[in-house]
Amino acid sequence: MSYLEYTVKSVPAGFRKILYLNWPLTILLASVAGIGFLMLYSVAGGSYSPWAEPQMKRFALGLVLMVMIGMVPIWFWRSISSVAYGVSVMLLIGVEFFGSIGMGAQRWIDLGFIRLQPSELMKVTLVMFLAAYYDWLPPSKKSRPFWVLIPVVVILVPTALVLRQPDLGTAILLMAAGGGLMFLAGVHWTYFAAVLAAGIGLITAVFQSRDTSWQLIKNYQFRRIDTFIDPSSDPLGAGYHITQSKIALGSGGWTGRGFMQGTQSRLNFLPEKHTDFIFTTLAEEFGFVGGLSLLVLYALIIFFCVISAVNNRDRFSSLLTLGIALNFFLFFSVNMSMVMGLAPVVGVPLPLVSYGGSAMLVLMLAFGFVQSAHIHRPR
Amino acid sequence: MKRTRADTEASHRKISRRAAVLGGVQLAFVGGLAARMNFLQVDQADQFRLLAEDNRIKDSLIPPARGEVFDRNGVQLAKNVPSYRIVVKREDIGDVDEALERLSRVVRLDPDDLERALTEMKRSAPFHPITVAENVSWEDISRVSVNAPALPGVTPEVGLSRIYPLGSNFAHVLGYVGPVSDYDLQQIEAPDQLLLIPRFQIGKVGVEAKQEDRLRGEAGVKREEVNATGRVMRELDRREGRQGADLQLTIDAGLQNYVQARLGEESASAVVMDCETGDLVAIASSPSFDPNLFVRGISVADYKGLTENTYRPLSSKSVQGAYPPGSTFKMMTALAALEEGMAQPDETVYCPGHLEVSGRRFHCWKRGGHGYVDLQNSLKQSCDVYYYDLALKVGIEKISAMAQRFGLGVRHDVPMSAISEGLTPTKDWKRRVHGQEWVIGDTVNASIGQGFMLASPLQLAVMTARIATGRDVSPRLVKSVDGVEEPSTAGENMGLNENNLRKLRSAMFDVVNDRRGTAYGSRIIAEEMRMAGKTGTSQVRNITAAERARGVISNNDLPWERRDHALFVNFAPFDKPKYAVSIVVEHGGGGSSTAAPIARDITLQALYGGEPPLDAYPSKDRGRIETQQEQLRGVRPMADLGGSDQA
Repeated sequence: MSYLEYTVKSVPAGFRKILYLNWPLTILLASVAGIGFLMLYSVAGGSYSPWAEPQMKRFALGLVLMVMIGMVPIWFWRSISSVAYGVSVMLLIGVEFFGSIGMGAQRWIDLGFIRLQPSELMKVTLVMFLAAYYDWLPPSKKSRPFWVLIPVVVILVPTALVLRQPDLGTAILLMAAGGGLMFLAGVHWTYFAAVLAAGIGLITAVFQSRDTSWQLIKNYQFRRIDTFIDPSSDPLGAGYHITQSKIALGSGGWTGRGFMQGTQSRLNFLPEKHTDFIFTTLAEEFGFVGGLSLLVLYALIIFFCVISAVNNRDRFSSLLTLGIALNFFLFFSVNMSMVMGLAPVVGVPLPLVSYGGSAMLVLMLAFGFVQSAHIHRPR
Repeated sequence: MKRTRADTEASHRKISRRAAVLGGVQLAFVGGLAARMNFLQVDQADQFRLLAEDNRIKDSLIPPARGEVFDRNGVQLAKNVPSYRIVVKREDIGDVDEALERLSRVVRLDPDDLERALTEMKRSAPFHPITVAENVSWEDISRVSVNAPALPGVTPEVGLSRIYPLGSNFAHVLGYVGPVSDYDLQQIEAPDQLLLIPRFQIGKVGVEAKQEDRLRGEAGVKREEVNATGRVMRELDRREGRQGADLQLTIDAGLQNYVQARLGEESASAVVMDCETGDLVAIASSPSFDPNLFVRGISVADYKGLTENTYRPLSSKSVQGAYPPGSTFKMMTALAALEEGMAQPDETVYCPGHLEVSGRRFHCWKRGGHGYVDLQNSLKQSCDVYYYDLALKVGIEKISAMAQRFGLGVRHDVPMSAISEGLTPTKDWKRRVHGQEWVIGDTVNASIGQGFMLASPLQLAVMTARIATGRDVSPRLVKSVDGVEEPSTAGENMGLNENNLRKLRSAMFDVVNDRRGTAYGSRIIAEEMRMAGKTGTSQVRNITAAERARGVISNNDLPWERRDHALFVNFAPFDKPKYAVSIVVEHGGGGSSTAAPIARDITLQALYGGEPPLDAYPSKDRGRIETQQEQLRGVRPMADLGGSDQA
């Protein structure tokens, strides 16, 4: 008999639940997605096709998905979280065998109507499973080595699979999200200190492995790191992305060059202008003001999630909400760092703005859990 | 598992605390991102804006049409003609090999060009036009145009290429153009961007090179927006350039053609200068070469043929050649002495056939001597001893100074390549260059234009013109630029004693018209056209005492390169000088026998402005002249080619 169960009576029922949605969050999500449509319209040279229109349809679908998931009681999601985690891991193994090759990495499973990236799904189901785990685990045990080792394994299994694809960006995000959730759950800080030390050791090992038989990451990833450290070393080759991206950002100035006036994106100087590098177009066309506005919107989404989580007495709900918020934060901060030349170019899209079906749907699914936690919070 | 309310509260507090910590970290990170954005977009905006413009804007130059060159009568000497080339774009032609195969069935393609085009095609973007054939004939271009539907992506393009209608007759004057070389670029301090255009041509030698600034014009600029792959999206701006200026030369093409033909295959040069204006109406050097070969890119064999020819066809002898002026210099020695008052025209000097100077014997060309000679007789018979005597009286410094006033030892400002400065030696010069003291023998040699004395045919023509007019007339080659007349170079009165000049001219008149004059055989009969001149035969070897004892070997028995140079300078008509002419025939033998007849023929041609009447020639020459005119008519079509442009 959990704490939730005797407060169920005060939870709204039926379609009335819609009124109890986290509306500020919903509006923020729609606003960010709206900016995305605008940018996709712009990078297509003022056309709804090929990107803006499908993106709008997917967002509409995602919105429906979010509300539907939100209306399902949170305890249902908690009860299926281990199954969801299991399925995600299976799918990750699946891409090993049935995945398509895209951008030099094996990432997708083609489900016919959608090309699913299991690694996207994994980011959500991992925090979901960990939230359920810490909800189940008595707080007194959470810092005991054995009970710490279990979530570590839970995190490392999908991370290793993602790394094999290879998708360094997502692997890092998975570890960061999982670790973050353990931190939120209250695992003793010494573990994090130890992991941090180990992480530094690992990075050293990765660099040491270069040009050896046991090389841990692919050459292109090494090259990306090289050009991250010194983009000017190869301005037309590997450093091209970052250099052009910075030029686009910088040339935006205070207020930008105007909607659809960004020469860098319009003339194809920007790579991946509709996906990973879409922020550069925004920054070029709307300048510092535009870029900062998006950043503020993102921060507000995090803020409303945190508020919702802190006001939620259900441990699973608050951990899940915080975990998803953390995921979301990692998404946009890594992407923005990347385009601003602060992080290596790793394939991380800008959440809700970058063109891409599976990322968008998975994100809306995750916010569905946040909505469910919000609606079904104990009162 | 049961939970207590306290448990839940405790864990909620823990989560909230940790959420606050993590939220703080996130906020800090967001702040960092905002700061970075501010740095890039506000602090460094200007720099990145520039880089973005650099990215998208491509300025390309529109090459200007090169100015054309005309003679004084409007005959075209250098012109631009359309040249056709075939250009293909990979993105439009489909299968490259098949398309080129189809094209080669229509026009003949050079395998080398084709190979170069194929490699270029592989390297560049598919929309980039690649030239597969250059200098294609109009027929081939028409065939490509007719077959256009079967040849997608193949387009005929038209450009301008330089041709010289009169070919070799103007090679030394005009020079030629050629593609800019790395060497050319190194020579120029701040090269015009135009020079970097592939295949852009600039003047290499002659007027084409020396008047490059006027002929080239200014490039237009086309500002285009390009995308990341370099494809032109639209034209943003266009500034038209300025076409190169058209030059009109002072040369008379008809006369130039005649002179060049008259010099024939001799290694010779001739300058015809208008005494009144300084205009160079003909300036020829033979043998010559076809400058059009250089424009198209001369073959190794052809080039070797030109450089290995002992007559040096590439050398522009009329301005570049520096020869001992020989007896043609005697006017300078005489004038120096007369102006200094060291001699009087009527004073006589005894010529025993030689002169003893500080133990050394200097010979006159006439072994037996000329007896008592005054200025008139000494010049007429070209007595050497008379001038030795004058030179000893007046000294080398005065002689060289006088020669310089007459344009010897001076680099004349004519837009041709490698203009020679010649040499008028002085005591100081010898000390400086040879590190030796001037000896009296040097003065003696210099007095008859031998020894160190050197002059180019151009300088000799200028000297003659100045003697004829008494004015310091200078040579002029460019008559007008874009219809604007160039400044006159007619010059001012030199302030010489007119009486001395008159005596000198009169002596020169006798050289040609007195029965005992050295050039009597080359006189002009027509009363109003009669000329005055001076022969010169300059040694290119020393005649040793032993040789002299054996008897000087006649020129005809010597190998060509050891024979004397034959020189002649003259002006005509005597009463009202119009043209000054100088001729140098390298290793031609004697001035009177070889150079003077050529000079006379050229002078008459210039004076009559066409074929002179036979009765202007001495009767014994008329037969020879008639056949000569006949022959020259045969080699005139070059002139007709130029003339047809006027029609």
